[in-house]
Amino acid sequence: MKVLVSVKRAIDYNVRIQIKPDGSGVVENGVKHSMNPFDEIAVEQAMRWKEAGTAEEVVAVTIGPDAAKEQLRSALAFGCDRAIHIKTDEPVQPLTAARVFEAIAQKEEPKVFMMGKQAIDDDSNQTGQMTSALLEWPQATFASEIELSGETAKVTREIDAGLETLEVDLPAVITADLRLNEPRYLKLPDIMKAKKKPIEDMSLDDLGVEAAARLETLKTTPPPTREAGVRVESVDELVAKLKEKGLV
Amino acid sequence: MSNKILIIADHLDGSLNESTARAVACAQQMSPTGIDVLVLAEDGASVAAEAAQIEGVSRVLQADNAANAHPMAALLTPQIVAAAQQGEYSHVLGPNTTFGKDLMPRVAAKLGVAMVTDIMSVHSAHEFDRPIYAGNAVITVGAPTDQVLVASVRCASYPAAPGGNSAEIETLSLDAELPGHTRFVNLEQASSDRPDLQTAPKVISGGRGVGSEENFKVIYDLADKIGAAVGASRAAVDAGYVPNDMQVGQTGKIISPELYMCFGISGAIQHLAGIKDAQTIVAINKDEEAPIFEVADIGLVGDLFKIIPELEEKIG
Ligand SMILES: Cc1cc2nc3c(=O)[nH]c(=O)nc-3n(C[C@H](O)[C@H](O)[C@H](O)COP(=O)(O)OP(=O)(O)OC[C@H]3O[C@@H](n4cnc5c(N)ncnc54)[C@H](O)[C@@H]3O)c2cc1C
Ligand SMILES: Nc1ncnc2c1ncn2[C@@H]1O[C@H](COP(=O)(O)O)[C@@H](O)[C@H]1O
Repeated sequence: MKVLVSVKRAIDYNVRIQIKPDGSGVVENGVKHSMNPFDEIAVEQAMRWKEAGTAEEVVAVTIGPDAAKEQLRSALAFGCDRAIHIKTDEPVQPLTAARVFEAIAQKEEPKVFMMGKQAIDDDSNQTGQMTSALLEWPQATFASEIELSGETAKVTREIDAGLETLEVDLPAVITADLRLNEPRYLKLPDIMKAKKKPIEDMSLDDLGVEAAARLETLKTTPPPTREAGVRVESVDELVAKLKEKGLV
Repeated sequence: MSNKILIIADHLDGSLNESTARAVACAQQMSPTGIDVLVLAEDGASVAAEAAQIEGVSRVLQADNAANAHPMAALLTPQIVAAAQQGEYSHVLGPNTTFGKDLMPRVAAKLGVAMVTDIMSVHSAHEFDRPIYAGNAVITVGAPTDQVLVASVRCASYPAAPGGNSAEIETLSLDAELPGHTRFVNLEQASSDRPDLQTAPKVISGGRGVGSEENFKVIYDLADKIGAAVGASRAAVDAGYVPNDMQVGQTGKIISPELYMCFGISGAIQHLAGIKDAQTIVAINKDEEAPIFEVADIGLVGDLFKIIPELEEKIG
């Protein structure tokens, strides 16, 4: 079984975002970037299948600038066999990313396409669903448990009402939620080994993909801020404040 | 161009989720010429009747199908695409509940259009604000005006449109081929008599500081005392103190209660992303440096296990 897994380069989740004073975006230069946390979980899942002998080959794919190679190298250090880099310096929106992934999936023919449920930069939560729609494949989003058996997968999904289980035929797109697993720490020898693994470069043109109509970002602003309020010194004071506001 | 809006109803067990009325409130700001609500269910009569009461709704479209007994995006999408085309809608909206998050991008891709996730404010029918980076920045986006606009509505940004309407209910038959590749197995619902976390006016949350599943009892007891829903941080969920559907935050539920009171939660940005719209945030933490105090309206430094019993007694 072959598994494809998407890996997006994004500002590290620990970074406090700075908005450019002219409202043209967030400061990205000189800011730590890493693999989107949900994609790490997706990669980890693929590795577990590989180690269990369920997956023979795992291929990582990214769409992004040269610097996104770093995240592909991390995916290779996790144990992915090879990687595909679709190079572009333009920010890629979900529908365009989905068209790229559709083309890659048609070429690679994986049984499972693992993705993160959302990218923590744009927080779109769209690409997996869009990719599976274009491919006419089943989708199982927000996965917290996946059981593969031959031609189907049983996926437990984290939804508002609780835990839902779906059974989907393969090939399918599955998107990872936080509790699917805890990604391993990368070890130096694995990072060294990853340097020798192949990365194939491609462009949107090579794949014959046309960028989709875009949402235009008109400006970027800080969110409405909340001011810190008061500190109370005792439960009595707290209760008094709550009563004053009519909250208890 | 006229703005004819279709809203996909989110419902469970024969009742309408309040998120639908919140999406209607958002749609009303898009200068609509009409707002129709589409109910896809096995038997949608009770849900449609509820939707018809929402102020601002022009028509409710009820499309019953045995395949809709459990909402699955792959099966609902072809029906929504058919309804959207049949009705010549300019906008197709859903709530940003897990139902809408799963479904709306699939609809957008099938219509071949971009999608706006999490509308938090409306400038015009094609210009919106939405949060990025866990709500640490807001972007204003302009969507193409020459194609159908598909979007999800950030429910915490909109109060539910009130009831009192009696919109027409029409049954709709949709000509759509449904795939057989996705099958429902089961839904494990955490059963609880407590108010629903997403709509409750009061929410009490616990974090890693609560320490164990057993200790969470003090949180439940306090919540029951004041009629609040119970939430949790991701750390509390990961540690197994509470089930996943209680997680509040960027990747959990985004809520806007009148009162949010949290115990033993440090205030990571991912958690704050879920509570920024709360009217009053009360934080109890033993670490006076905890970042939660930077956003709390009322903060009290101390041990939650000492404070909760005293609080219960003094609330009376
Ligand atoms: C991609 C991503 C998405 C995430 N999404 C979410 C999300 O949706 N929601 C979410 O919550 N988190 C999310 N997180 C995790 C988040 O970064 C934090 O790790 C998490 O919120 C911490 O939970 P906590 O505050 O309960 O635990 P901690 O940060 O460990 O804080 C525990 C607090 O309890 C206090 N405490 C301990 N004992 C007591 C006591 N006896 N009395 C009073 N106070 C006490 C401590 O002082 C401390 O401040 C996400 C992380 C990532 C990477
Ligand atoms: N440019 C990209 N490169 C690689 N993966 C991507 C890219 N864009 C989106 N993805 C994948 O799609 C998931 C959801 O992204 P989004 O729809 O942007 O929230 C991410 O977790 C990635 O797995």
